[in-house]
Amino acid sequence: MIANTNETRAEYQHVWVVAEVMGGEIQKVTYELLGAARSLAEARKSEVWCVVLGHGVTAQSESLFHGGADVALVVDDEDFAEFVDEDQADVLTRLIREHKPEIVLCGATTRGRALIPRVAVVANCGLTADCTELGIDPENGDLLQTRPAFGGNIMATIRSADHRPQLATVRPRVMNELEPDTSRKGRLIEESVRPGERNGLKKILEVFTDTENAINLADARFIIAGGRGLRGPEGFRMLKDLAERVHGAVGASRAAVDSGWVPYYHQVGQTGQTVQATVYFACGISGQIQHLVGMQSCDFIIAIDKNPDTPLMQLADVAVVGDLFEIIPALIKELPKT
Amino acid sequence: MRIVVCVKQVPGTHDAKIDPETKRIIREGIKAVINPFDTYALEAAVQIKEKHGGEVIVTTMGPPRAVTVLREGITVGADRGVLLSDRAFGGSDTWATSYALAKAVEKIGDVDLVICGKQAIDGDTAQVGPGIAAHLGWPQATYVMDVADITKQEIRAKRMHEDGWDLCSIKLPAVITVVKDINQPRVPTLKGRLAAEEKEIPTWSAEDIGADPVLIGLNGSPTRVVETNPPAGRDKKSVVLNGTAQENVRRLLQELRQRSLV
Ligand SMILES: Cc1cc2nc3c(=O)[nH]c(=O)nc-3n(C[C@H](O)[C@H](O)[C@H](O)COP(=O)(O)OP(=O)(O)OC[C@H]3O[C@@H](n4cnc5c(N)ncnc54)[C@H](O)[C@@H]3O)c2cc1C
Ligand SMILES: Nc1ncnc2c1ncn2[C@@H]1O[C@H](COP(=O)(O)O)[C@@H](O)[C@H]1O
Repeated sequence: MIANTNETRAEYQHVWVVAEVMGGEIQKVTYELLGAARSLAEARKSEVWCVVLGHGVTAQSESLFHGGADVALVVDDEDFAEFVDEDQADVLTRLIREHKPEIVLCGATTRGRALIPRVAVVANCGLTADCTELGIDPENGDLLQTRPAFGGNIMATIRSADHRPQLATVRPRVMNELEPDTSRKGRLIEESVRPGERNGLKKILEVFTDTENAINLADARFIIAGGRGLRGPEGFRMLKDLAERVHGAVGASRAAVDSGWVPYYHQVGQTGQTVQATVYFACGISGQIQHLVGMQSCDFIIAIDKNPDTPLMQLADVAVVGDLFEIIPALIKELPKT
Repeated sequence: MRIVVCVKQVPGTHDAKIDPETKRIIREGIKAVINPFDTYALEAAVQIKEKHGGEVIVTTMGPPRAVTVLREGITVGADRGVLLSDRAFGGSDTWATSYALAKAVEKIGDVDLVICGKQAIDGDTAQVGPGIAAHLGWPQATYVMDVADITKQEIRAKRMHEDGWDLCSIKLPAVITVVKDINQPRVPTLKGRLAAEEKEIPTWSAEDIGADPVLIGLNGSPTRVVETNPPAGRDKKSVVLNGTAQENVRRLLQELRQRSLV
């Protein structure tokens, strides 16, 4: 899909958002992307389309319009109840060929990051992963995609000048959703999947949704993270109590994960998750570079450590010097359970 | 069972420091290492081989010195290595990288499974694994935390998601990318080290793998980095709370409440 003459480029129009669907529900990141897509579409004088592949999702189109979509392009199909990336990629590629969007945005989630690279290869277009900033070049209308590289130590701006559409995955909790406007209306286009487009190479046998531990660190506003200073799993129970009181999620350093005090999916850092919370509250974490790269772009950083000279204490907006086993219980006492 | 493991050489960050002025990683004097996620890919492949027989081939696309990561792969149980190295590969983005690796997999031939790491720590894109699968037209499973079972026809893999996991059965040949939970990589043995030193590792050029010159390197890369900058610095006045526990808690709550954070 190389479009390097201006005539072919002009055929590609509108900004698409690929909805993130989990358990039949359109996720928050979709609305964040709609917010970002609105400003891009305004700069390009085009429309925002939201593409939804899922089951039982058509009724949710209204809320997409309220969130900024002009068009909802919905493929509502039983087979999309679960995430079969090959099939979704096939269908998405076909929709792209048919409707020719100029820009396609998708959440940089485990699902989005599995799906979109396949589409990029088959549609032969450029893909920038994990963008944190998007803009339009005023000179030529290209999408300027900015992303952290090397764990956040460098911001790279990337362009895909000769290929359309321009694809990007965008980190959750980076873009702002619009205030829902319940008077906004949109167009619903329902597409069905024609037989023969499925290859049936993958079957989902079992799905486990972790509601108890359902932590989506990437989505959390408040993260209470613990490290070796917590000394054991009991320390993490204390953090969990604190996290519940501030409606936050529990994060961890690798030292804590490797000691078996918390499961891996709590790990923040180079070999864990990259987070972008409003508050990152680190308890007994020294802040080695591999940890910092995963959390340094959080808005407000608090650290508690006995040692005031650790890298994390230097980085923190509020550095609390002291014994966390005194400070956290005292803090818990002050914060009611809500 | 023939398994190809794709590994990447990345700058090590074990003792990396951030330059306080430029906010960039100081790369001078940092030695290149195997991408940490790829050690889990290697271990997964070797475990499958040990259980079901077959062969593990480790491959990388990179400069000639990247051969060291292939030797590292052999020390922990890979049978042989293939280095993809050619000036024409220079400047490849993930599209072109996954194309070249897919062509290498085709040339190796009769491959049942390709295993990649979840992502490389320098680019952090996680695109190359699914890219290889798409170029080959094979199914995939990303963020695999457990291989429940594998036969000549299919693999059962547990994929990690933000909200839990799913177990899927995928027809082989296929591509999987693995996360850290999947295993505990073994430590190399002396025997492994000796085997690795002696091993002849062939270098394949773009022509050797039959790559279309238009699709590799800069030519084959739809994306271009137009600019790099240090991240926006934190404009902050940090507060150090150095009093008694009670005082510290009170001040901390003040800081949080001022910002309506609690
Ligand atoms: C390739 C590679 C990848 C890595 N990836 C990651 C990653 O993704 N994430 C990650 O976190 N790490 C990662 N690491 C590990 C990293 O280098 C550090 O080893 C790790 O982050 C240290 O964890 P920590 O801060 O909890 O432990 P420590 O460095 O031991 O820090 C513990 C801190 O707790 C303080 N403390 C102790 N007791 C108390 C108390 N009672 N009250 C208050 N403070 C107390 C201590 O003063 C100290 O500062 C990686 C390493 C490598 C080589
Ligand atoms: N140049 C390369 N050579 C071999 N394998 C690679 C290369 N680049 C990426 N990979 C593989 O693809 C995975 C994901 O890399 P990335 O998409 O760059 O984050 C890595 O963990 C490797 O398994």
